[in-house]
Amino acid sequence: MYETNMYEGMLAETVAIPGFQGDLINAYFARPLGPGPFPGVVVIHHMPGWDEWYRETTRKFAHHGYAALSPNLYFRAGHGTPEDVAAKVRAAGGVSDEQVLGDLAGALHYLRALPFINGKVGVFGTCSGGRQAFLAACRVPGFDAAVDCWGGRVVMASDQLTPMQPVAPIDYTNDLACPLLGIFGEEDQNPTPDHVAQLEQELKRHSKSYEFHMYPKAGHGFFYYDRPAYRQEQAVDGWKKLFAFLEKYLRTPAS
Amino acid sequence: MCTMIVTQVNIEGSGKGANGWFTLREANVSYDHPFDAPFEHALNIDFVNEALGPGARVAVELSVEAARALVAAIGSVLERAETGGYLEQPMPTAQESRAAGD
Repeated sequence: MYETNMYEGMLAETVAIPGFQGDLINAYFARPLGPGPFPGVVVIHHMPGWDEWYRETTRKFAHHGYAALSPNLYFRAGHGTPEDVAAKVRAAGGVSDEQVLGDLAGALHYLRALPFINGKVGVFGTCSGGRQAFLAACRVPGFDAAVDCWGGRVVMASDQLTPMQPVAPIDYTNDLACPLLGIFGEEDQNPTPDHVAQLEQELKRHSKSYEFHMYPKAGHGFFYYDRPAYRQEQAVDGWKKLFAFLEKYLRTPAS
Repeated sequence: MCTMIVTQVNIEGSGKGANGWFTLREANVSYDHPFDAPFEHALNIDFVNEALGPGARVAVELSVEAARALVAAIGSVLERAETGGYLEQPMPTAQESRAAGD
């Protein structure tokens, strides 16, 4: 908890990290100043791209004492404004799950190699990034906690599967290797409360550690203060629960 | 990409982007999260020229009602133009001209 007589400082900058197949991609990295040790968090941007909200969110994690790294999952689409690049990726049907998992593994390994990490690294994402956070927690060994905020298409019908997204993430639930926090809105169209219930059922069936919060009068993306979907009360409570969860699972140094 | 509902069509024409006019080659039509329009999902059209990079893009994000009205308006205007004999035939490409022996 911050008190007014504390020193506070952070470093936030663009870095290059090895991603899928060793490709160098750029990433936004924010961390508190000082020797640490700090827990790490991989911050997965949403479908609208590697945008300002995600840079702010990366710094928000640093403000709360985390070394936060947000890889640009759309790096290979070229460069321009985040919207233009995201629109290009949207037209291509998104990025493949395999490539994303490779980039997230790269981000995880980058953080773990740093001397000021406490040995714990979590993964956080919203929207498509929420789906990818769940997927990474199932498929990439080494995460200690995962936060899925309103990730759609975790539950996928067979006709939604594509060569780039060949498996519904829910089908990997048995491989989930760390505690999961889920934050959802009752009015969301994707994931619907029924999708969330299906995921919860799978988590129970496989005896996984999870914590779900379903907010009334909230839809998709209710943390985004720059969108009409923003819901102040639910967002404040959601962030509070999110940091409590990360404190619980990431703050204790690895033994 | 939360819905992944997208299709691309090749087009001919010009678009005016942030840096002025450029040649359009493709239109990407999707129903997914908009960047700016105040809806959870919108009918998005990106008029682009992929060869020129991500910035060669003219974007619109429409409500479902607006998109349907636009489709109807385009159809109606083309029908009137055709009835009036105004529709221009597309210019033949250089390849088509050669094939025709011009």
